[in-house]
Order: sequence, then structure tokens, then C-alpha cells
Amino acid sequence: MTERIVILGGGIFGPATGKSELLGVLLEDGRISAVAKDIVVDGAREIDAKGLIVAPGFVDLHTHLREPGLEYKEDIASGTRAAARGGFTTVCAMPNTEPAMDNASIVEHVRREADARAAVRVLPIGAVSKGRKGTDLAEMGDLAAAGCVAFSDDGAPVYDATLMRRALEYANGLGLAIIDHCEDPSLAHDAVMHEGWVSTRLGLRGAPSAAEGAAVARDIALAEATGAHVHIAHVSTRGAIEAIRAGKARGVRVTAEVTPHHLTLTDELVAFGAHGGWDLMYDTNAKVNPPLRSADDVEACVAGLADGTIDCIATDHAPHAVIEKLCEFDDAAFGISGLETAFGLCMRLVHEQKISLETLIERLTIGPVRALGLDRFAPGIGTLDVGAPADFVLLDPDAEWVVDAASFASKGKNTPIDGVALKGAVVATYVGGVRVDRAEVLVG
Amino acid sequence: MTTETRADVVPAPFAAPSTDDGGWQRRHLLDLDDFTVEELDLVMRTTDTMKEVLSREVPRVPALRGTTIFTLFYENSTRTRSSFELAGKILGADVINISASGSSVSKGESLVDTVKTLQAVGADVLIMRHNRSGGPYLAARTGQCSVVNAGDGTHAHPTQALLDLYTMRGALGDVRGRKVVIVGDLLHSRVARSNAWALTTMGAEVVVCAPPTLVPARLGEALEGHLPRVRVETDLDKAVVDADVVMALRIQNERMQGGYVPGVREYSRLYQVNGERVARAKPGALVMHPGPMNEGVEISHEVAHGLQSRVEEQVTNGVAVRMAVLWLLTRNSTKAAKAAAKGAL
Repeated sequence: MTERIVILGGGIFGPATGKSELLGVLLEDGRISAVAKDIVVDGAREIDAKGLIVAPGFVDLHTHLREPGLEYKEDIASGTRAAARGGFTTVCAMPNTEPAMDNASIVEHVRREADARAAVRVLPIGAVSKGRKGTDLAEMGDLAAAGCVAFSDDGAPVYDATLMRRALEYANGLGLAIIDHCEDPSLAHDAVMHEGWVSTRLGLRGAPSAAEGAAVARDIALAEATGAHVHIAHVSTRGAIEAIRAGKARGVRVTAEVTPHHLTLTDELVAFGAHGGWDLMYDTNAKVNPPLRSADDVEACVAGLADGTIDCIATDHAPHAVIEKLCEFDDAAFGISGLETAFGLCMRLVHEQKISLETLIERLTIGPVRALGLDRFAPGIGTLDVGAPADFVLLDPDAEWVVDAASFASKGKNTPIDGVALKGAVVATYVGGVRVDRAEVLVG
Repeated sequence: MTTETRADVVPAPFAAPSTDDGGWQRRHLLDLDDFTVEELDLVMRTTDTMKEVLSREVPRVPALRGTTIFTLFYENSTRTRSSFELAGKILGADVINISASGSSVSKGESLVDTVKTLQAVGADVLIMRHNRSGGPYLAARTGQCSVVNAGDGTHAHPTQALLDLYTMRGALGDVRGRKVVIVGDLLHSRVARSNAWALTTMGAEVVVCAPPTLVPARLGEALEGHLPRVRVETDLDKAVVDADVVMALRIQNERMQGGYVPGVREYSRLYQVNGERVARAKPGALVMHPGPMNEGVEISHEVAHGLQSRVEEQVTNGVAVRMAVLWLLTRNSTKAAKAAAKGAL
């Protein structure tokens, strides 16, 4: 029997059409079958979305699920539950696992585990190089055939320029992008934070902004030369954004993402934490790569997101075990557990009127889908189009809540904003018409 | 038999600073970046008292009797560690030294676990040197004992700056308006950072000098008090003009190899504190160095051992300053403990 669900009373938001209006949505068998006014269907289960916004489920291009091999940090079940809580209905799994996702059998393993245990859709990203060592190309053809949607050695840059050139050319032949973690290691070596007055104050080794800008400039030059598509992961500096803007203006196939933390937080968090005061914190939960940057860089990230230079928001969700953060700053792991705070944190930009709610939702949904062409792998995701999978979220832009890391679904409790009040919440997340952010169904 | 209280065993001179403590509330000494003029003055006055104790025939007072001090050093050190150990012993504390290399730390025990363990065995004060910037801050957040930063990474070395300030005041009276030139590896120097905070707070004019590659980012800019208000001058010949104090910092071999400077020869030619440069400073200007010195590299042999050198005095003052710090920190925690106990009844 066909299961029918009607969502009523919400502000329906379809960024693909750029409209925001009060409509009803009819779901049948896990797909959207109608979006219209005054939908009345006998025998349909009703979801009351009064006062809420109904939007497509978020799509994250940059998630570290840590499986296989690093399940003590996160696994596919916990990571995708965290995604569901954060409103994400599709996540792209980064290949810096142990062993790395550099061959088809590991990709197949991840897909099999995801089919069995994931709360949301998982699209794997394959490694660029064997073992992510940056010397020999991974078997990209096999990886693509196994379902990889892009290639990346994320966690590390593709340092060797010739390898990057070959990777771009080879991936282009497969119709896929290279996602590069842009950081010139000869400039950023041993750095543990952004280079600026905070690193001077704390006596910590800083990475100059130019370490990112130089790598982005190289990648754009290579993309231009090869005609291939490069996607810049987690952009964090003004210089990089200006290089991307100029590259796009010349028609280079370059796309980019930015994380919620680089849109909202600065390097001062490393020194003082998120709760103010002038005591030095050396907050290891604010240690992330690329590092939290200056207020000027944050401003450039927001402007780049607003004008479309940056295509989408990606979390770079990087969960770690307690012991990897409860230590000296130099020794702490890089990364922020970001899936569950992404929407609330980004809503700051909306409430501060730096970007519109429409732009924010666009950059969390169809933006990432278009950046990598993900509709080729999962048609209709990131939209509320008729025929699309019923992946959607109910959002309350004004709900206030306090981040409580201990209650995260993610195994990674490593957030620099624990205890911080946010305004804007994900109320419910549905994948294929099934609520996934908690066990029970919202309305019977 | 009467019960001895702490006040009974403390010699008279100790009473003087305690009646005018400038509202000292500190339990830890991590850096001098947030010290007030009054607090620095208090440390200086208390150090005077400790100098008097040191001048006695038997330099021992039981002020810290019953206090257990651990020194926990993740880096080797001769002068700082021995000076702290002696300071504690002169004041009657039990001092136990732990080297990271000779303990469970070398087996991978975390800093947090180490601090908890030392506290569990009864540490009242933990004197910590760490090769990682911020290590003592983590220790201070972990336990209830007082933490004294004896140098953390490339961040801070507050007792060195206090003894430098004490040495300067001894010779100059007041440092307000005095020109202090600090020359050397500013990027990696915890001594320069702490000195800059203390000296600028006390009103000195601080000029820091290094090759541009060894100047940390944004140093010298006005940043609403986020960094000490120092002036950066990369030409030492210009920097030293009319200086009251010229302080050279140690340049480490690894910086030479790390590509920050072309080599020892050029570094010593451009940045060595030598007789010719000291002559450009004010007559009788003080020459200082936190040690250990690379004589012939950052400081010439004649200047290091010349009449204007205060290098040995710095070391001597180190003991008195550390006595003052230990006294001020533990006296405070005792008071706090008493207040807490009263509250509990």
C-alpha cells in the first residue's frame, strides 16, 4: 500500500526555484509527489509544520565518518545520526580512513555498511593518491565505478603539482572533480593555528594565510590549464576567495566550500574560548585545519558565500576522541565536530542580516549538489521538486538552544562552542519520508 | 604547649607586605600579561624581604613549612630549576623534583593525569616547565594546586621577567620612562614576551630588535592591549641609542639551521651586543642576558663579563624572586582555604 504523508502549514522553501511560500507537500512512497496549495488527501498521515520552514535536506560535501579504521572517533552509524540531527540528509564521506579509501573494495565496504547502518545517504569520496601519500594516483576509474562522487586526499593537500595536474586530467576523463585541501606545507609546516596577533600572544606556531592562497592559486592555474574541475575544500582566507572569484570570472572550472566555523568564528577563540573573558584558554577544541582565521578573513568568507564565489557550506565534520583534545595544544588533533551545530551557527549570519535565509538554505542544499553534480548519483537531492526523494528538514529559524556537546549523537564532542546559545534549530529531518533525527515519528 | 600558627613561625619582615597586598588574589603564576602595577610592586617589595632573608647567616625561614612543592620539568634546565628548588627549601617547604624523562611521563602519561597524580600525593604547588606553549595553563585548569609557570614553550617565562625587572630596579631605581632594548630571537623567546608585558606595564619604553624573520606576527602594532606596546627596530645600531638597558637573548643553533638567518657569522655581525654597541647606549647602561649565553654570538665575551653586565646578579636575584612568588601564592591559597573552611562551618 502506498504511504502518503502531507506536510501542512509550513513555509515551503524550494531553493531550486528560489521561492519561499506557504504550500503543502505530498509525499508518496518516499518521494515528493506534489507541492501545491490546499493539498487534501484522504488517509494521508499529516505532519504539522505550522510556524516552521520546510526545506530540502542539507547536503554535506565534507564529512569525516572515520570508518573504516578509526571507529573510536566516529563510525557510520554515529556520524550519520549526527548528520540527521544537524539536518543533513546526504553526506559525502572523506577517504582519510584507515586504510584510506583508495580502492574499490573499501568503497564497497563503506557503501555496504552505510546501507545497513546509516541514518542518511552516504556518498563516498575516493582518495586521489594511493594511501593518500601524494605520490601515485589511486585507481580512480575503479573508485568511480564503485560509486565515488569525487576524489580528495583531504587532511593533506596534493602537494606535488605534477601529481595534481595528472589527477585533474584523469578525473576529468571520468567526469569527476578533485577536491583539494589547499595548504602549502612548506609554508604551513608544524603550524597549529593561524598566524596573527593571537599566535604571537600565545607563542604558538602560526600558518600564514598565504599558505592557503598560494595553494589555491596553483590549483586554479592547473584547472585552467587542464580544463578540469577543481573544488576547493574549506576556504578560509580572503586571498583564496579573491583568487577563486577571479578564476570564476575567467571561466575556470573552480568551485568552493566554506565551513560554518570559518564563517562565524575567529582565531581569538583559541586564546579566549567562546565564552569571553581574558584568561588564556589554549582551547584545543578550536584547533582545526585550516585554522580559525582573523575577523577580516571571516568577513571575506561571508561575502564570498553571499555573492556566490563560494558555492556551498560544508561542515568538515572532524570528530575526535576526548584524549586527542584533552592535552597540550601542540599535541591536540585538528578538527571540529560540526554536523550538529552547522545550521544554528550559520543562522547567526541570517540574524545579523549578513545573508538571507534563502541564500543560507541554498548553500546548504542545491549549492553543494550543483558544485559536484551530485544529482547524477542521487537525482533530485537538494530540492523539493516533484519526483525528488522525500529528503527534507523542518526548521525553526528563531528557536533558541544551547549547544551541549555531551548530548551530541556524534562520538566527537570536540566543539569550541559547547555551552554557547544559538538561535535557529533543526526540528526534524526526514530521509525518503522517514524521520531520522530520532527514533520516533513526529506525528502518527 | 601551644599550637603553632603560621603567623608565629613567619619572621617579622614577612608581615610587612602581607598588610598591604594590593588585593593579591592569585593562585597561579602563569604569565605577567594581566599583572597590574600594584601586583608587580608587591612582588618587588616581597623580593626585598627575601633578599634580606638570603643575607642572613643561616638563610632559612619556616614560612612554607608543611607545604609540598613539586617541580615538573619537561625540558632540561639548570638555573631555573635549581633556583626554584632552593627558594622552596629556604622557605622550609618540601621540594620534590620530577623529570619528565625519568617518570611515567616518558611512558606516555598525559599531562592531565600527571597533574592529578601529583595532586593526589599532596602537591600544594606545581612548578612546571614545559616545551609546549600553554602546558601550565592546562595544568592550572586541571588541579587545585597552585601552578607556577617556569617557562612554557615559546610563550612565557614570568619569573625570569620578574627577576629581570627586580635587577633593573635595583640599578635604576624605577624603570618608568627608561629605555629597555631586547635583542634576539623574539619569535621563539618566552623571556622577551614576559619581559615586554612586565616592563611596559611598569612604564618602561621597550624596543625589541631582531632580524625581520624572527619578529612574530603583528608585534609592535597597537592592538587594544592584545600585545605589549613595544616598538620593533630591526637595526640594532639604531635600537641601542640612549638605552638604559640592553638585554640579549639566546639564539639557538636550530634557528640557524632553520633558515631564519643566514648563519652565525652574519647574525653576530648584525645582532651581537658588543662593546661598540653598548657604547651607543647611555653611559653605564645595564647589560643583561637570561642565560645560558652563547658568548661570541649574541653577546661578546667582554660585554658579558664587563662592568656593566648584570648577568650574575640576575641569577642571584632569581632565588629571591622565586621565594617571593612561592610565598605570595601559597599564603593566598592558605587564606582561601581558611575562608572556605569557615564557610563550611
